[in-house]
Amino acid sequence: MTDPILKIENVSKRFTRWPGMAERLVGKITGGGKPVTVHALSDVTLHVSQGEVLGIVGESGCGKSTLGRVVAGIYAPSDGSVTLKGDPIVREHGNRIDKLTTQVQMIHQDPFASLNPRMKVGETLAEGPRYHRIIPSGKVREGMRELLEKVGLEGAYADRLPHQFSGGQRQRVAIARALAMKPEVLVLDEAVASLDVSIQAQVLNLFMDLRRDLGLTALFISHDLSVVRHVCDRVAIMYLGRLVELAPADELYADPKHPYTAALFASVPTVGTGKRKFEAIKGEIPSPINPPPGCAFHPRCPLAGPRCRVEAPRLTGAGPARTVACHLNDGGVDTKAETAA
Amino acid sequence: MPDTLTPDSEVIATPSAPPAETRAMRLRNFWFDYRQSWVAMVALTVIGVLLVGSFGAPYLVPQDPYDLANLDWMDAFLPPGSVGSGEYTHLLGTDNAGRDMLSAILYGLRTSFMIGISAGVLALAVGITVGLTAAYFGGRIEALLMRIVDLQLSMPAILLALVMVAMLGQGVPQIVFALVVAQYAYFARTTHGAASVERRKDYIEAARSTPLPTWRIMFRHLLPNVLPPLIVVATVQVASAISLEATLSFLGVGLPLTEPSLGSLISNGFKYIHAGRYWLSIYPGVFLMITVVAINLVGDQVRTVIDPRNSR
Amino acid sequence: MNAALDVQGLTTRFATRGDAVTAVNDVSFTVQKGRILGLVGESGSGKSVTGFSIMGLIDAPGEVAAGKVMVDGQDLRALSDEDMRKMRGNRVAMVFQDPMMTLNPVLRVGDQMAMAVRVHRKMSKAAALKEAQRALETVGIPSPEERLRAYPHQLSGGMRQRVAIAMALLHRPSVIIADEATTALDVSIQGQILAEVRDLADQTGAAIVWITHDLGVVSSLADDICVMYAGRIVERGTAQQVIDHPRHPYTQGLLDSIPALHEPGKHLPQIPGSTPQLSRLPQGCPFRPRCPRATEICATVPPADTKDGQTVLCHHPLE
Repeated sequence: MTDPILKIENVSKRFTRWPGMAERLVGKITGGGKPVTVHALSDVTLHVSQGEVLGIVGESGCGKSTLGRVVAGIYAPSDGSVTLKGDPIVREHGNRIDKLTTQVQMIHQDPFASLNPRMKVGETLAEGPRYHRIIPSGKVREGMRELLEKVGLEGAYADRLPHQFSGGQRQRVAIARALAMKPEVLVLDEAVASLDVSIQAQVLNLFMDLRRDLGLTALFISHDLSVVRHVCDRVAIMYLGRLVELAPADELYADPKHPYTAALFASVPTVGTGKRKFEAIKGEIPSPINPPPGCAFHPRCPLAGPRCRVEAPRLTGAGPARTVACHLNDGGVDTKAETAA
Repeated sequence: MPDTLTPDSEVIATPSAPPAETRAMRLRNFWFDYRQSWVAMVALTVIGVLLVGSFGAPYLVPQDPYDLANLDWMDAFLPPGSVGSGEYTHLLGTDNAGRDMLSAILYGLRTSFMIGISAGVLALAVGITVGLTAAYFGGRIEALLMRIVDLQLSMPAILLALVMVAMLGQGVPQIVFALVVAQYAYFARTTHGAASVERRKDYIEAARSTPLPTWRIMFRHLLPNVLPPLIVVATVQVASAISLEATLSFLGVGLPLTEPSLGSLISNGFKYIHAGRYWLSIYPGVFLMITVVAINLVGDQVRTVIDPRNSR
Repeated sequence: MNAALDVQGLTTRFATRGDAVTAVNDVSFTVQKGRILGLVGESGSGKSVTGFSIMGLIDAPGEVAAGKVMVDGQDLRALSDEDMRKMRGNRVAMVFQDPMMTLNPVLRVGDQMAMAVRVHRKMSKAAALKEAQRALETVGIPSPEERLRAYPHQLSGGMRQRVAIAMALLHRPSVIIADEATTALDVSIQGQILAEVRDLADQTGAAIVWITHDLGVVSSLADDICVMYAGRIVERGTAQQVIDHPRHPYTQGLLDSIPALHEPGKHLPQIPGSTPQLSRLPQGCPFRPRCPRATEICATVPPADTKDGQTVLCHHPLE
């Protein structure tokens, strides 16, 4: 395997909400009003190679969107580092975050929110390249037309406002905006989730074409297992801010090792399987403010043992290119004392 | 138009585009929706007439009330409808110095409009800057700026304006400055509210991750998207600037009678109201009321039309 | 014949600037007791408007222009506003995508459920609370007594949606309409709720109309499926028929574009173009400009509904 171009090393991200003055005053009496910390990401390490598409899958609160924003330079990690070809992506100045590179671009979930509604599409596309002198200023207009055609729109659409486009077309524009910066890495945060099925297929096809033509490297964040399987080379499964399993897509889908991965697969309603029963995962997703001790998944895990309640599992190898964070893969779910007894 | 058969090249080749909606069309739609209220139409007409009347006053009225040479003592206190020494009818009578009231009112209205509009525009600019800065940067900057704004909003605007005028003295620029100080907080509050919502939207995040510089995101992305509610506030604030100025002048700290605004006219006439010379005070008051009510009605209708909840 | 819900020729129009669009166009279907009908369509297909039209929840500038909505043999459209209000939440109930459309944020779950019970039935508050607790149990809510004392904001999204479903169940309605009720939820929570809904239909005998864009959900949940396009039902049949042997090219296209059914990395078959705007529907068959099977007749003559078995609104259905 080639040397990874994007390295996410031991990244943690905590969000702390400080209480306002009124809350602090009330807190003096009631005992509340303390800062609340959410552990959105805990010690995540991922390496992405040139030209690879890495899928990040998980349910709400698993930290997948936070991870995408750390990589896209919108948040600075609380601990650890994200580097592109060895250079950090952001620099922090106290409260302010400076993104240092134009090489990582992001595509958001909702194309109705991610385009400035009062800016013509051509201007939205041209703004970044013009400011960063990515395209010679004389060729900006021409470049934008080409770009629009590349994503399957007409060059003449540059003079329109976003509200004149359908959802699928807007998402194409968002993709074009990211490509306009000639990025090395794309972060797609649920990029097809809000599109209709028929439009979703169009956009996925576009993504696969662009990937082939431009050799794109991408983080593909999604909750949709079948979409991820279709476009990703490797898949990382996340739960409550932690990485629980990482494997090449075909191996993961053929043989999920982590009980959460397996349960996730079982609970997705799918066309064509003829399945009339849902094997639902029991229980609710815990809050990232108070994650359960030990393995975060143990309260919902059908295979949990006493060890899972006290000891958090580490990521361990489970095959040539696979890792999984589960005690089943690391000496069993019984505590050491019980194993000895 | 004959419907062509497949292949329908435009539709098949690319996802079909809805018809281009131009700015002109949006303006037409706005106008269509605005017209739905006859009250608002009347108010708009009234404002138009008042604007033309006041700014065109030098060409429309028989007398320049600023020019003392035109005034004749003999014409003082003529009731409405009298004919004075100038041999024209004083439709609204004359005041204690023999000024034609209608002329004085239209000139005064012009002063009031100029003060109200310039104070409104300046307060808008200041308020936008404060509100955008607070919303974009957040944290301590936001806390500090918005606490100052809140503090100001908790005080009556008239009190603040009085203090400012007392410190700065009389005159048009001083009054405008006082009004801006008294009113920018409304704009700052509204901008901050709208911008805090917009600030969290993905297009701002997309601009940040491009990355684009802060000032560009604030003024090219954030600002255009917070303008619509501000336009409504601006209309209403122009009306309240006019009445605030009138209040100041009525209290005697605004403009002198040699440079009459509606407020100074009312104030001047007020002395004579018990002597039965009602027209000195009542007519400027009626004009003030009509102006303020009409501007507010227009503002209300604009608010209704641009409210996204009403959009179809 | 015990059709709990029988919709015939339902048509709903919205007046916009200048002209009117027909959001729901001559829609007919029946749902038997204890069956689940999946109403599938993409955005703008009119599936949600159909749900709101059945509930009598269309406000100006919209209007149900024609059709019958028979619940247990009674035509809802013939009822007065007052009688319709009595029907809503009683004989027919609706579950929305956002449970907070149903729940009052400032009342405890138990209080608002008890209130909802006592709107339609005379009973003591204690008895009403018992009733509420029973409804919460039906939808698989653990420790229901505790939940009754909670405020909606203290519950998770999935739990709130369950409470909303429980509220819909309070009066054992004949018909429940669920509009994208699990769309906003995580897959593991969606799986739990779908399993509960399936059991509910079997146990309570309620007829359920499950409105969604997700073919995966309907294929595993519904007994029958109606596919909507541009305000019309273009295909109707049992779930098995529609999923395994789609006859309308649109249904076929939808199923084809699901990634799960294709080898990873391969191009997905796609329906060209995008869903048409209702104000600018082409003459003839509305799907014609995107249809691979279209011929001359499709451009001029709107296809007719055959009204039996697996009906399909197409001049050239797949065999």
